[in-house]
This record gives sequence, structure tokens and C-alpha cells, in this order.
Amino acid sequence: MESAVNLRNVWVADDSIVSPLGADSEENFSNVVKSVSGLSRIADPSLSANSVYAGQIPNITGDHYLTRFEKMCTSAVSQLTSRHMLPAEKTLFVLSTTKGNIDLLKSDPSHPRIHLHATARHIAKACGFKHSLVVSNACISGVMAIAVAKRYLERGEFDHAIVVGADELTSFVVSGFESLGALSNEQCRPFDQDRAGINLGEAAGVVLLTTQPERFAPDSNIKVLGFGLTNDANHISGPSRTGEELALAIRAAINESRVSNNDIDFISAHGTATLYNDEMESKAFALSGFSETSLNSLKGFYGHTLGAAGVVEMIISIHSLKRDTLVPSIGYRESGVSQKLNVIEATTKKPLKTFLKTASGFGGCNAAMIIQKQSI
Amino acid sequence: MITHYCRIVNKTVRLDGVEIFRGEGKSLDEFLINAYNALKIDYPKFYKMDNLSKAGFLAAELVLKNSGASYSGEKISVVLSNAHASLDTDVKYANASKTVPSPALFVYTLPNIVAGEICIRHKIKGENAFFVSETFDPSLMATYVSMLPADNLCLAGWVDVMGEHHDVFLYLQDNASPGKPHNASTLNELYNKEYGTVNG
Repeated sequence: MESAVNLRNVWVADDSIVSPLGADSEENFSNVVKSVSGLSRIADPSLSANSVYAGQIPNITGDHYLTRFEKMCTSAVSQLTSRHMLPAEKTLFVLSTTKGNIDLLKSDPSHPRIHLHATARHIAKACGFKHSLVVSNACISGVMAIAVAKRYLERGEFDHAIVVGADELTSFVVSGFESLGALSNEQCRPFDQDRAGINLGEAAGVVLLTTQPERFAPDSNIKVLGFGLTNDANHISGPSRTGEELALAIRAAINESRVSNNDIDFISAHGTATLYNDEMESKAFALSGFSETSLNSLKGFYGHTLGAAGVVEMIISIHSLKRDTLVPSIGYRESGVSQKLNVIEATTKKPLKTFLKTASGFGGCNAAMIIQKQSI
Repeated sequence: MITHYCRIVNKTVRLDGVEIFRGEGKSLDEFLINAYNALKIDYPKFYKMDNLSKAGFLAAELVLKNSGASYSGEKISVVLSNAHASLDTDVKYANASKTVPSPALFVYTLPNIVAGEICIRHKIKGENAFFVSETFDPSLMATYVSMLPADNLCLAGWVDVMGEHHDVFLYLQDNASPGKPHNASTLNELYNKEYGTVNG
């Protein structure tokens, strides 16, 4: 609409993760570096009649007036609010989730916070924020929520954003993926020839975005460069046959970021470990010229955490940049996709500056975002 | 500019303020099928959609096809919002799951599937976003859509379904064509002026 808007830069100032791999980002990253998976076999009749190989957070604490899902969110957000004073009027709170408090359908279906907008407002209020927004766009929600926050921040609508990506492991979601025949009964193997489907997981990841990095220096040396979002226009629950639309999103992200392929040090892929998703991604990366670029999927650590995935995987990748450490794609042994990929098999020290994060989801949606380490 | 808009409320379908179809007090299920038939659309996949997708599909059909709008698939975005996300189908899926979980229902337990259905039908490859807010939020739509790339068209608005409740307001935003100004007050006016008329 406006042609000459002066867009402000958007930086990542801090982050936190609450997941089966740990209660904060540090603990999560140190487990990832050691190739420790948060997935295990869970035999819990309240989750499923069958045992499921999944990720579940053992202990979640929080005030008694919060649901388990909300406790996951507040215990992640409170780590950031305890470290930083954020002005409520100038901070946007964004909740990325697919199912929020869906577990209430079993126990209390008329609960007011079964609605995502009410859940978000409740969590925002509990954490001291006034302006809340809910993004619910399937498995790309997390990357999209960061993209949405970037747009609001760069135009000056807000100075800071707290972006929470969260989803809970529930019988609702487990039964649905079981009914689709999409679950693997063992540790998932993204991009591997023996991959047999998804593991589900749960997590809450939070990033603090800001247009005032000096306020959070020296940790705020990570910049959100650009992103692309597309739709396959092909099938609501199956990915594109060609990968062209994810490749379009990647191209848009590269163009907006004003970088070239050579600048991308590694890719954090979606890699759900279903036959069709991983094959589609391999085609998209080949079309984009990334056959040789180091790449991982973190689903072997966390499983698919749905609305949390984009945020959690972004945070682990940001820590990779900060510590110049490529982290592995566990579960991978031999390629099982048609196009060549350079899957990271072991933790590797290497100077890193820039990465590409991608995600794809039901409804045919694709997202790509580029993040770079810079001095402020 | 807002070039075309469709309102579906009180079992009445209007395009650009003109009544296109009015239901006869039957259930929402029947109304959606009757509206589909009245519009003479040939798209058998319509029947397998959930009510949220059916409602959004019908409105998109009117805004994009019956209006004669022209666009290229990569240069149009879809930005939708509602209050109930996919809860209408979530409840149906949970009830059906007491016997056998239905994969055909499960795939509709995400709010953005309606956007996916619209993209498939109209070959839209641009970006989608789905927001959830308590009521239609004209300033969220006006602000967010104005932040999209300026050379893109955008199909935007509100698609809310829960049980018999239905409330749809979809519009096409196009910077290069004449229409009503795309701002919060116009959106508020268009959304409200056709709310609460006739036929419960």
C-alpha cells in the first residue's frame, strides 16, 4: 500500500523452551548437542489404547487456575519476563497453537478457555501483557507467528513481541494421527529410507523480538532477515508432488533477506518423517539449489510439536548460530528421498552466520524464514 | 480498495450488498447445500467439506468468480479470522471418536483448512494467515492486510461457524482497482450493516 515505508530491523533478544528435553533453552540445547532425544514409548490409556512413541513433559508447574497447556506457556514466558522489563503498551503477545486447550473437550467442554482467543488473553494477562493475537495455521503456525510479529514491529505498531509457540500431547491429536495412519511406532527417522511416520510431541517455545536490540545487548545479535509464505493449492492433507510451492517460499525469503544461496550455512527443515512430506521437501531443496547445504530436522528430538515446532526449532537453530555448532538430525542413517540432501549426522563445530528455517503443513501451507547473526 | 464483498449470515447470502440466496429456516447443513445448488457450482469435493470450509468456500466463490475479479495465483493472499477456530468440527470429531476416529473429520480440525480449500479451488499459491479473535476485528484485518506486499490482492475477512451459528464476511482487497477504501471503519460498516436482518 505505502511505497516508501521505513521498516525497522527486528532482532531476537532472548528465548526459552519448556519441553521433554529440558526446562529452559540451555538445557534443551545441551541435550540436542549430545544427541539425546526427548522421545520415548508411552503407555498411557488416557492418551491412547496403544502405546505411542512420543514426547511428553514430565513435570509442569504453575498456578492452579491454569490448565496444563497454559502452565507450559507461562513457565516458558515467565523465564523471559523475569529477565526483562517489557512495557505492556508497546509489547505484542502472539500465541501460535493448533489446538490450545483442546484437552478440555474431555473434561469440561463448555469451559470458556476452550477458545483460543480466550486462552491467549488469559496467558497474556497472567504474564503482564495487554495486546494478544492468535495465529493458528497448522504446522507452519510457529514460523508464521514470528513473521506476523516481524511485520507489526518493523512498521512501529509495537516495539517488542513475545511469540509463544505451544501445543500439548493430547488424546485428541494422538487419535487423529493414528486414524490417518501417520504415526511411527518407533523413533522417527526424518529423510531416512526406513522412515515410517511421525512421532508426536509437546513443547512451549518463546522468542522475544525487539526493534531496540541495544536494550538487550549483548545477547540480541540475531536478526530476522526475511520470510516467504505460500500455499500448494493441491491437497488439504497431502503435500505438493513437486515441492515447487515450498521452493517459492524459500525464494521469497531469500529475496526479502537480500542474501544469496551461498550465504545459507545450514537449513532447519520441517522433516516430519512421513514418506510424502520428506520427499516433497527434498524436491523443494533441490529446486532451490540446496542439495549440498547442511540440513537437519529436529523431529527426532522433539517429535512433531505442531504449533510449537516452528518456534522451538528456530530457537535451537539460533543457539547453533550463537555457538557456531551444527546440530545433528537424529534418526537419519541412509537417504530415503529422491533428491540429494546433506543431512547433518553429528554435532560439528563450524563458523555459522545464517540459516534458513522451513515448515509445511496441512491446508497446503509453506513457510521459509532466514535468520542471521550480526553485531547490532 | 475493497472491490467485492460477500456476507453470509441469518441463512442469507449477499454479494456486494445484493441478496443472492435466502434459506428457508432449515438447518445450517441444509442451508449450505441448498446455497451451493442455487449458485450452480459444480465441485463435488464441496460435499465432503466441514461446515466451516463450506461457508468459506461459498463466500470465496462469489467474491472471486461471480464478481468477475481477475488475478494471478501467486499474487493473491488469503487472510482469514474467526472466533471458534475449528471447534465445530473438533466437537464432531471427538464425538465420532467415541466409536471409531474418523480421519476424514480429523483433517478439518484446523481452522486454516478452509483457506486450503479456497486455495485449491481458485489455484491460489500466495500466502495464507489464520487469526483467532473473539469478534470480527476490523482493525486487525485493515492493519494486517495493509502490511502484505502492495502488488498482491488479498481475499480477507471472517468465517465463523459453530453448530447452527454462522457468520461470514469475505472481501477482496485490490490496490489497483476502484472500490471502497480499505480501512477499519469501512470494514466495520460493511460487516455490521448486514448483520441481524430477517430469518433466524
